[in-house]
Amino acid sequence: MDSIYNDLNAPHSMGTTIIGVTYDGGVVLGADSRTSTGMYVANRASDKITQLTDNVYICRSGSAADSQVLSDYVRYYLHQHTIQLGQPATVKVAANLVRMVSYNNKNMLQTGLIVGGWDKHEGGKIYGIPLGGTLLEQPFTIGGSGSSYLYGFFDQVWKEGMTQDEAEKLVVKAVSLAIARDGASGGVVRTVTINKDGVSRKFFPGNTLPLWHEELEAKDSLLDGLSAASPEPMVS
Amino acid sequence: MSRFEESAPARGGFSFDLCKRNEMLVQKGLKPSSYLKTGTTIVGLVFQDGVILGADTRATEGPIVADKNCEKIHYMAPNIYCCGAGTAADTEAVTDMVSSQLKLHRFHTGRESRVVTALTLLKSHLFSYQGHVSAALVLGGVDVTGPHLHTIYPHGSTDTLPFATMGSGSLAAMAIFESKYREGLTRDEGVKLVAEAICSGIFNDLGSGSNVDVCVITKGKREYLRNYMLPNPRTYVSEKGYSFSKKTEVLLTKITPLRELVEVIEGGDAMEE
Repeated sequence: MDSIYNDLNAPHSMGTTIIGVTYDGGVVLGADSRTSTGMYVANRASDKITQLTDNVYICRSGSAADSQVLSDYVRYYLHQHTIQLGQPATVKVAANLVRMVSYNNKNMLQTGLIVGGWDKHEGGKIYGIPLGGTLLEQPFTIGGSGSSYLYGFFDQVWKEGMTQDEAEKLVVKAVSLAIARDGASGGVVRTVTINKDGVSRKFFPGNTLPLWHEELEAKDSLLDGLSAASPEPMVS
Repeated sequence: MSRFEESAPARGGFSFDLCKRNEMLVQKGLKPSSYLKTGTTIVGLVFQDGVILGADTRATEGPIVADKNCEKIHYMAPNIYCCGAGTAADTEAVTDMVSSQLKLHRFHTGRESRVVTALTLLKSHLFSYQGHVSAALVLGGVDVTGPHLHTIYPHGSTDTLPFATMGSGSLAAMAIFESKYREGLTRDEGVKLVAEAICSGIFNDLGSGSNVDVCVITKGKREYLRNYMLPNPRTYVSEKGYSFSKKTEVLLTKITPLRELVEVIEGGDAMEE
């Protein structure tokens, strides 16, 4: 019993599964929505894909506090940079700023990040910045505790030059597979698609995701009443 | 020797033997022993016109109840209140500090404070102390951009939610919210749900106790319902009352409130050198 209370004081961390993939014309970023404090789910619907600029977004994993503060700083630096440059910042600059903060404070921060976006010079780009502050430009990258279960899956399924629809479906399928196997990932799947036409956010509730090996259909779940157009008040 | 071994329960599971014994003792007149509680339950929810915050009122020093009726809902701005769990000194200090900063900011900008301002000030302070300022907060308020509810953790991370609970009783209170919360609650439904969640923390958690405080914040108005519910009244009061020993010399048995002896001047002259 005591161990549960000790864990409630544990730092707020995002177990997480985060994914970034490029496709022909842009990028798709995806994440789960679980934030845990020890063994308790502190937020089951968090948004781990944060905006840095109009065209660059960042997926956060690891310590919630560290990643929130880091993205706040980088958003501020990018805003200044955009004003000074007179043009929208490129994804490469955004990723480098994230890497600078992450590397220079490597002793104090514990956060793995994926920066993704679209700019007119390079098109859609994904950059992975794991613990320690390495910067790696990759056609796709995965991060967070749930990513361990996805390496083999991506090795098999990844191909260059997918369409937007294929890429989004791939990301949702991957996050949902990780949620099925990783205790620290769960909730809903959020995706952000960035291309020359702008940004589009999508949301996939847990009950719309496919069922994997040995997963059962939800029966008599609280969600049944919620899918109605006007929810009725619960009667005790 | 073998008799003792036989009486020990060989199977697992709860043994109800002592429950029967306790019942028998209570019937014979033995008072059941009291439970010690420590910790906090604080909650917040967004309803159709604004936000409602709730908290229990027990403050503890280890196993001792230091204050049976403390205030855990702190004032931040006329339109923003903050519930605090964790070390009482830390929550008081950090909310007072940010409340003063918000007031100065209001003078500077000439505008009503926004909840995100309070949020950023709190989260940057807590992050810079790397979790050593042990304050877990539920911040709620209504400003020009609408109603807002946030939770802030001691390490400086924040969440924005439609309903939130913190403290050791948070699991008990969250169970109530998860089963009964829906969007677009009315004020009365919201207050009832918040009170129910706090009561759940008070009674089911080895965590919280005493009374329920509620604060309802809507556009342009806030109602601080101190001691909205008192579900733990003092059940036994001694009939004998309190008496002094025979050796004491009683001089006066009348109590005069000091306020009557003090003259309060309205709008007096300013102090001069």
